[in-house]
Amino acid sequence: MEFLEVIQPGFYTTIQDQGRFGYLQFGIPPCGVVDSFAAKVSNLLVGNLMDEAVLEATVMGPTLRVLSEGVIAIAGAELSPQINDSSIPLWESIPVKPGDKIGFKGLKKGCRAYIAVGGGIAVPPVMGSRSTYVAGKIGGIEGRLLVAGDKIPKGEKYGTPGKRLPSEFIPAYPAHPMIRVILGPQDDFFDEGIRTFLESEFKVSPKADRMGYRLDGPTILHKAGVEKSIISEPSVPGGIQVPPDGLPIILLVEQTVGGYTKIATVISTDLGAVGQTKPGDRIRFQAVKIKEAHQIYSEEAGKIEKIKNFLSN
Amino acid sequence: MEKWPRFLFAGDRGLLVEYGDRIDPEINKRIREVFLIQEKFPIQGITEAVPTYRSLLVFYDPGKTSPDRLQKELLELEKKRGEETIPSPEIFEIPVVYGGEYGPDLEFVAKHNGITPEEVITIHTSGTYLIYMLGFTPGFPFLGGLSAKLFTPRLKTPRTVVPAGSVGIANNQTGVYPIDSPGGWQLIGRTPMKLYNPKKKNSILLKAGSYLRFKRIPEAEYKRILQEEN
Repeated sequence: MEFLEVIQPGFYTTIQDQGRFGYLQFGIPPCGVVDSFAAKVSNLLVGNLMDEAVLEATVMGPTLRVLSEGVIAIAGAELSPQINDSSIPLWESIPVKPGDKIGFKGLKKGCRAYIAVGGGIAVPPVMGSRSTYVAGKIGGIEGRLLVAGDKIPKGEKYGTPGKRLPSEFIPAYPAHPMIRVILGPQDDFFDEGIRTFLESEFKVSPKADRMGYRLDGPTILHKAGVEKSIISEPSVPGGIQVPPDGLPIILLVEQTVGGYTKIATVISTDLGAVGQTKPGDRIRFQAVKIKEAHQIYSEEAGKIEKIKNFLSN
Repeated sequence: MEKWPRFLFAGDRGLLVEYGDRIDPEINKRIREVFLIQEKFPIQGITEAVPTYRSLLVFYDPGKTSPDRLQKELLELEKKRGEETIPSPEIFEIPVVYGGEYGPDLEFVAKHNGITPEEVITIHTSGTYLIYMLGFTPGFPFLGGLSAKLFTPRLKTPRTVVPAGSVGIANNQTGVYPIDSPGGWQLIGRTPMKLYNPKKKNSILLKAGSYLRFKRIPEAEYKRILQEEN
């Protein structure tokens, strides 16, 4: 069922689900939403399973015309969403009818917003996922960014209007987040550099997209005498590369392999907070041990479970 | 205790199992075998495994397993290497039309190495190349085994678009571009085969740990295969 028509696509809007897994061995990266928590909650609000496909809008949201009855929920960054030019709240499911116009007035906080629709966005899955992989030209609509005139289909289910996420669960999306990392896999290429990495503030450069975030800040030095690159190996989302120039790059979800040393890796539950920063924002890093990271992972899973139970009542 | 494998954290969901610190067919063979055995005897909690040049990257669900447990189970699993019959690696044959508009740098590669273009083709088609790993773009093979007689540096200025199927050389590496992409490799020919075809069920032609050979074909056959592939 055709549900939304793109009037104006916004800065960078794609269809994404929780990712395409099992294909990294063939050189196909996971893709998927960058802020997994926001996307999951947007789905739960409209009554979907949490891994359905949603729209990921970046900095400037799209303008969309509603073509059939349905329910939407917008979560993540505050891009000032509106229906028919009146503001609507984030983290709430709202019924829409044919002719309604969904728009965004401008960025207030964060970087990426998620638009979920009751029934889920129903583009055909490719290799088990609906996620758009732009370089590989697959997923979403013809494997590309949305353009004016695209019609976005949804599944049959209507959805659950009037659901609202309790404010205690809404992330803060600070412009200066503390991002937790696990050192490695190549932390042994650094000594003093690790201190520079953990004790400095880094600015998100304009080169920040779904492939990776280049950061500006003090130069992270490699150990004297070590090679500054490694034999190419697959990239893990959140891996923090330090190229020979010493300026770190946080890898996100559309990378496959790299030959630079990785000083640390962002824990999976903090990757969304990285993706909610934009050029000019400042990031600090804090090292945690693997056990602590897994504790955080299980707390995050528990939180989602709680939200799911709350919203299904 | 043996030095290898070495287990490194790649975040809270990834474990990097390194089997060596160099590019070596024996190390890659061991990785291929462990990879195939863990596919046959799945380890609880592993969500994805990726064979690489010299390591196996394992993604896991921290709710279902732990790095300690994975380490034990992977070491245990490797003991099956002697017992299990591992299928022999495949050899993929990639037809290539060399030179002309398809390989604009063939002359340069010849000149750089002090041989004739014909000799470049003969040497390039006589090699059997190990596919160490796939990546960079979908289905791009990182190959080992290029003859030192063909080593040629990258272009000083990369091309903004290298057409899909282009076969190139960069230093001691040779490879095939699966999709149109920018690139600085010296292009010596082009294959009509699609290394990446998302419309097919098995969208990626090649496999890590297998081998690849190049076969010279005339332009007419290139065009015929190209039609079949489209």
